[in-house]
Amino acid sequence: MVASGAEQARVDLAEAWELSPSVALRPEPFGALAYHFGNRKLTFLKRPDLVALVRALASAPSVASALDIVGISARQRAAYLDALSGLAATDMIRKRAS
Amino acid sequence: MTTTLGVEATGPTRPRGGDLVQQFEAGLDAPICLTWELTYACNLACAHCLSSSGRRDPRELTTEQCEAVIDELERMQVFYVNIGGGEPTVRPDFWHLVEYAVAHHVGVKFSTNGVRLTPERARWLASTDYVDVQISLDGATADVNDRVRGPGSYDTAITALRNLHEAGFKDPKLSVVCTRENIPQLDEFKSIADAYGATLRLTRLRPSGRGADVWDVLHPLPAQQRELYDWLVARGDNVLTGDSFFHLAPFGEKLPGLNLCGAGRVVCLIDPIGDVYACPFAIHEEFLAGNVLEAGFQHVWQTSRLFADLRSPQTGGACTSCQFFDACRGGCMAAKFFTGLPLDGPDPECVQGYGEAALAAPREVPAASQDHSRSSPGRNAPVLLTLQRRPPTTACDENPLAGTAASAHS
Repeated sequence: MVASGAEQARVDLAEAWELSPSVALRPEPFGALAYHFGNRKLTFLKRPDLVALVRALASAPSVASALDIVGISARQRAAYLDALSGLAATDMIRKRAS
Repeated sequence: MTTTLGVEATGPTRPRGGDLVQQFEAGLDAPICLTWELTYACNLACAHCLSSSGRRDPRELTTEQCEAVIDELERMQVFYVNIGGGEPTVRPDFWHLVEYAVAHHVGVKFSTNGVRLTPERARWLASTDYVDVQISLDGATADVNDRVRGPGSYDTAITALRNLHEAGFKDPKLSVVCTRENIPQLDEFKSIADAYGATLRLTRLRPSGRGADVWDVLHPLPAQQRELYDWLVARGDNVLTGDSFFHLAPFGEKLPGLNLCGAGRVVCLIDPIGDVYACPFAIHEEFLAGNVLEAGFQHVWQTSRLFADLRSPQTGGACTSCQFFDACRGGCMAAKFFTGLPLDGPDPECVQGYGEAALAAPREVPAASQDHSRSSPGRNAPVLLTLQRRPPTTACDENPLAGTAASAHS
């Protein structure tokens, strides 16, 4: 159902993203639960720093900047970008209108 | 991390970070999957009803009490509830409560036999975000369905699906309890779901409620368990299972889902009078954690002794020596309890065959702790339920044990 979205969902370092307005985050010891009220998808953010990154997106000028703010090392960036792309595929995060 | 609400001192210490399954076993701050049976009243009398529904309980939560529960769920960020019954739509305030929940950021999925899903109501549902509908159907043909769910119930369900489809409601769920009689119809269920733009949901028959009375004749045969597993592997990509078939995992690759018992950890049930049970299949005093009217739902979820126990490391008993223990984790607690099997032993439908051996050993099936069944069969009573009412074996058989296992052995 979201396959076409998934193909376009590559998150780029230079872009500005944010948590979708339909998504609520519930903190849990492992990270957070993310629930999308529109498509009813539930996702587990399995690391606290991924939660911090997702929260940082909205006020950061770019994804790269949000990664810096949260303190993700250069070595780990690719993995976190993949995680963000996964979240983008189900509309958990969306590209910000610039 | 701002709102981590600790489990009370007696509860287990929860791991931080790490494996999600371990996290779930230790319990979350709020349930992921909360079922709320709004009423025990039902227009049907399904032979296998989990909650032995039929008559309304006079202690049923009032509208105001239900609203207070929703307020609390909003505070706890329980994102959605699965509302059921009984037949929830027969509550006069049902649609109001749905609207109230949605307005308070608690999404709703409700289970219904379709009785109140008129074209007009379907149009209203289609215009509402955050509400999902699940129609119950336990046979892909009227004869198979109505034998278990009662005369006319097939037509009611199909009419509801059609009304939703014609109103433009997107992606309702068609929910099927898998039985010995309908497992040959899996492809037909999928076709029905496809025809109405619905997603098929298959769940496991539990020996809970009235299900205990018919489990022996309805639960899938061993070969059908395999058939079901193979079907799910082959065609199950877009089929929901409510994570209910983890006891089948030892057949091969794990099925999608958590493959663990979520009772009291990530799952629980609020019943129509506000009692909180460990899971929807465990409406029995043995699994009663508390009542929302005492100090609220959150208090029960976070401080109940029962839930603390369920979140503690569990012993797998004899099962731990089985090479498939990691796959099935001993199966379903409720299925074991209601068939009188020890909770630290095999599931009655263990695919390695240990369940059959356990069932053959002496065991005592627990008595029901609540029953809202109507006392006399109404016009909608299913054939199967009528058959279960065990008439005297012969017209003049006065032996009080006539027809029971005890008399057969005497």
